[in-house]
Amino acid sequence: MTQLIYLTILLPFLGFLINGVFGSKIKNAFPDSIGEKIIGTIGSGVIGLSFLIALFSFFETLALPVEQRQTIVVLFNWLDVAGLNVNFAYQVDQLSLVMALIVTGVGFIIHIYSIGYMHGDTGFWRFFSYLNLFIFAMMNLIMADNFVLLFLGWEGVGLCSYLLIGFWYDRKFEKSTTADAAKKAFIVNRIGDFGFLLGMFLIYLTFNSLNFNEVFSRASSFGVDESVFTFIALFLFIGATGKSAQIPLFVWLPDAMAGPTPVSALIHAATMVTAGVYMVARCSIIFASAPAIMTLVAVIGLLTAIFAATIGLVQNDIKKVLAYSTISQLGYMFLALGVGAFSAGIFHVMTHAFFKALLFLGAGSVIHAMHDEQNIQHYGGLKKYMPYTALTFLTAALAISGIPILSGFFSKDEILWYSFANGGLWYWIIGAFTALLTAFYMFRLYFLTFEGKERFGHEKHPHESPKLMTVPLIVLAVLSIIGGFIGIPEIFSGQHGNLFHSWLEPVFKNANRKLAFYGSHSHFQEILLMVVSVCAASASILFARYVYLKRPSVAVKTSQRFAGIYKILLNKYYVDETYDALVVNPIKKSSESFLWKIADNKIIDGMVNGAASLVNFLSDNIKKMQTGIAQFYAIVMMLGIVVALFWIMLSL
Amino acid sequence: MENNFLISLLLLIPLIGGFIVIILPKNNLNFIRYFGLFISAAAFVVSMLIFFGFNSAVSDFQFVEKYSWIKNLNISYTVGLDGMSLLLIVLTTFITPLTLISSWSSIQKKVKEFTFFMLMLEVGMLGVFASLDLFLFYIFWEAMLIPMYFIIGIWGGEKRIYATVKFFIYTMFGSLLMLVAIIWLAVYASSALGHFSTDLVELYTAAPTIATEIQNYMFLAFAFSFAIKVPLFPLHTWLPDAHVQAPTAGSVILAGVLLKMGTYGLVRFCLPLFPEASIHFAPLMSVLAIIGIIYGALVAMVQTDMKKLVAYSSVAHLGFVVLGIFAMTEESIQGAIIQMVNHGLSTGALFLLVGFIYERTHTREIADYGGIAKIVPIFSFALMFASLSSIGLPGLNGFIGEFLILLGTFKSPVLDSWWYAVFAASGVIFAAVYLLWMYQRVVFGEVKNQKLYELKDLNKREIFILVPIFVFVVWIGIYPGTFLNISKASTKKVVEQVITPDVLGIK
Repeated sequence: MTQLIYLTILLPFLGFLINGVFGSKIKNAFPDSIGEKIIGTIGSGVIGLSFLIALFSFFETLALPVEQRQTIVVLFNWLDVAGLNVNFAYQVDQLSLVMALIVTGVGFIIHIYSIGYMHGDTGFWRFFSYLNLFIFAMMNLIMADNFVLLFLGWEGVGLCSYLLIGFWYDRKFEKSTTADAAKKAFIVNRIGDFGFLLGMFLIYLTFNSLNFNEVFSRASSFGVDESVFTFIALFLFIGATGKSAQIPLFVWLPDAMAGPTPVSALIHAATMVTAGVYMVARCSIIFASAPAIMTLVAVIGLLTAIFAATIGLVQNDIKKVLAYSTISQLGYMFLALGVGAFSAGIFHVMTHAFFKALLFLGAGSVIHAMHDEQNIQHYGGLKKYMPYTALTFLTAALAISGIPILSGFFSKDEILWYSFANGGLWYWIIGAFTALLTAFYMFRLYFLTFEGKERFGHEKHPHESPKLMTVPLIVLAVLSIIGGFIGIPEIFSGQHGNLFHSWLEPVFKNANRKLAFYGSHSHFQEILLMVVSVCAASASILFARYVYLKRPSVAVKTSQRFAGIYKILLNKYYVDETYDALVVNPIKKSSESFLWKIADNKIIDGMVNGAASLVNFLSDNIKKMQTGIAQFYAIVMMLGIVVALFWIMLSL
Repeated sequence: MENNFLISLLLLIPLIGGFIVIILPKNNLNFIRYFGLFISAAAFVVSMLIFFGFNSAVSDFQFVEKYSWIKNLNISYTVGLDGMSLLLIVLTTFITPLTLISSWSSIQKKVKEFTFFMLMLEVGMLGVFASLDLFLFYIFWEAMLIPMYFIIGIWGGEKRIYATVKFFIYTMFGSLLMLVAIIWLAVYASSALGHFSTDLVELYTAAPTIATEIQNYMFLAFAFSFAIKVPLFPLHTWLPDAHVQAPTAGSVILAGVLLKMGTYGLVRFCLPLFPEASIHFAPLMSVLAIIGIIYGALVAMVQTDMKKLVAYSSVAHLGFVVLGIFAMTEESIQGAIIQMVNHGLSTGALFLLVGFIYERTHTREIADYGGIAKIVPIFSFALMFASLSSIGLPGLNGFIGEFLILLGTFKSPVLDSWWYAVFAASGVIFAAVYLLWMYQRVVFGEVKNQKLYELKDLNKREIFILVPIFVFVVWIGIYPGTFLNISKASTKKVVEQVITPDVLGIK
């Protein structure tokens, strides 16, 4: 099966082609929604098959001894120029298998859900075709055995994100249009890609290869200067901040919510945005060799986590809250990477994929029921209309808040522990405080939506979503509950008891050896910190309950009391406006009014046309000398002779 | 190989075909059109024979033919090709028939003359890429201006006369300097080789021995002429005018092939003939190229006319090519050559698409469009595809070229600084900005202009033109080896010709 791993990439591509080329024909050829069912079955089916192949490969790999768990499947040569030789080749190893299972597994669930969610949309076939294309690109990203192919996936997912954010291209979105949001996502991502490209160039210059195995083995054995590693890691990290929406390039993700909700779940929560985390983990040896950048990664992650969480506190759009929550959780993942806890970061990628996809799909279910209303202030008491949605949403909210035995508890707690053990107390304090904020805004969302008074008009008749949508919710809820058990910390499970950790360990072996944290922290400390953060989160949930359920006036009063801060948070710290004023508008304005209209048209072209006019002008005047009057010619001749004579006399 | 006649055949087919067109009855438009297509298709077939007969392992010129012409001056008709020129020749024979088909609806007046000039243009372009004698090269270089002059001047837009005169004088001005330099070189050969010579292969050995200072002047004379053609910033202002005024077929040929004559000249003549000067001027040329990349993109961004936008994007794209040439690494020159082909395909496709929609609406103003995705889905898809190819999306052709160029630039020993690649790579961002922004304004959004509802989607003929282009867009993107291998040996040779151990020592 492992040798067939390329099918996990080709099948989605096939689905993309079938639905892309024949989709509209299929839809029109069948009555009612049968066409939709066929399209949906093809779209979901290819992903389901990919998942099965990935699963079988996983078990096959699991059966192998640890040192044989890496297989490279070469399809054909892509680029062979001078020293550069890269293939279309896929690498099956512990890390890529974990990612493949997440992407195809969660992807499959979301595909199924979409059949229900997109029912009746005129672009139904287009949607599934794009979604398949996305999985194709994402699989290239995570299975690639070299940087160039990874970059193909990297840009490919960006393109799909662009296409899907702007899926409803004729709709308005906030102050502008969905197409604007899509373009913004693509361009901000490209700024990150610029960094990634430079990283690749420097890697090639340093190691004379762009294949993972060669680069990483040379990176751990070559005597390369630390400053080179620093630059490589910095460039790569710039790429990661773009794709994974970290400070300063996070601005595109909230706008990305313009896309249909399953897209937000799949691309902008569960998979694509974690590509940066995956890439840094994949290059762990390079980052581990650049301690300064490791610190930077941790700090950026931490700042993003708290920064986005504060914004999430006051947003009223259900998807916006989730978007900022995603940015914040991605921050956690980078915090984990930055303190050298690579497998903890990947573990959080997995659990987050479960509960955040669930939250988004739940939100989709609500939006569906409320006829595209997204303002949580206009919700309330929906639990009795849509019990499955409410219950599963609650599960996810508990998981993300880090309530014990749910998946989020294990992964988040592991990150917090390493941030303390390998980082420092301050890392932990800010991280734990963010966790507290997370629990608060998540339950604000839950209470305002599902509990309390109904704050919507009678024209709305909320209802539970069809089975096609609720079953995926239930599956994800189960995963959100039990998903953490494969990563139970060793303090509870004994040495090598953390299955997830042991599985990934070989991938990060070299990096861990280089980092060499020999912290001696007691079990007591670990348990104490765990208890503190759980208590804080629980208290936070209760507080949210008090504020939004028992005494709604408190929330209003608080926002009035701190009107200034509230306004800043509501407007997301005015980051978009600042970027517009400092970067976007100056470039646009100066390009238009200076570069084009003055530099190009007046100065450069002016000189060209000026030269032509000068010739015209001179010849116009010179031609006047041709008067045809003989006396005039005689005078000119005399003058000429005189000048010539003087010249000769003087030079003698 | 000496007695091979294929290249001459390739040149003769459109030449003779063109003159036959003249004597055809002028009222039977369709016959003329099909005849023109037949001729250019025949040329394509011959170029395929050459392509498959080409031995890519050899770096020497192949299919060489040499006939003495002006005996006293040792000037001969010498043609032949290596991997670099082969790719451009195939690009020419590939693009020409497609542009002819594209004009079947847009060109309604003087069809006979139009077909004639297009075929003459093809002769000129093929001659430029196949000449191995500087004098012959110069003849083709200049001769090619004439048909283009008429194509813009007769079938162009409102300000066509201004545009075509500007185009002509601009390029002519550069060429004259080159002519002086060619004569100087030939005279220099008399002392170095013992006889007057314009033979390129002979000059390859003789010219690099020219004293450094004089080499610099020689380099400048050649490079100036090529830079105008490219066009390299700040010599680019003829381009937007010419493009906007030219008929679609003219724009496609102009962007697809004519501009490549400039970059081809740089890599064929400047680098190997004047290696020291090339290295000396490499930083200057690279800086101008990078300014072109960024400047072209920024100015493209704010255009309101679609065709002008695409025209300025050429300035940016060709900037990449020039940068690749002057980075002088195998990676970057390979990238530059494949990028010449890429630009021909993707910008050609963009010009075609702009032309198609212009034929329907008679406006190229971006503001007149909006929301046409639902009305013309095939057009919208094609425009997206061409834009993505131009943006350099991995998996499509543009990426291969840009990536290799930037990679080579980054490690270039001649430029010896990261900054070139850093600034050039920022062009990657801007390309996304201007094309996606245009796309969004034209295709997405709500339909504001009610007339757009009557817009018809691409017809079979138009799809037929685009499909082969798109096939190559994907082919080069996924399996570029087919083409990179062709130019591999000749690229290696150029790099060796320039970067000799002692030359690097001088630097």
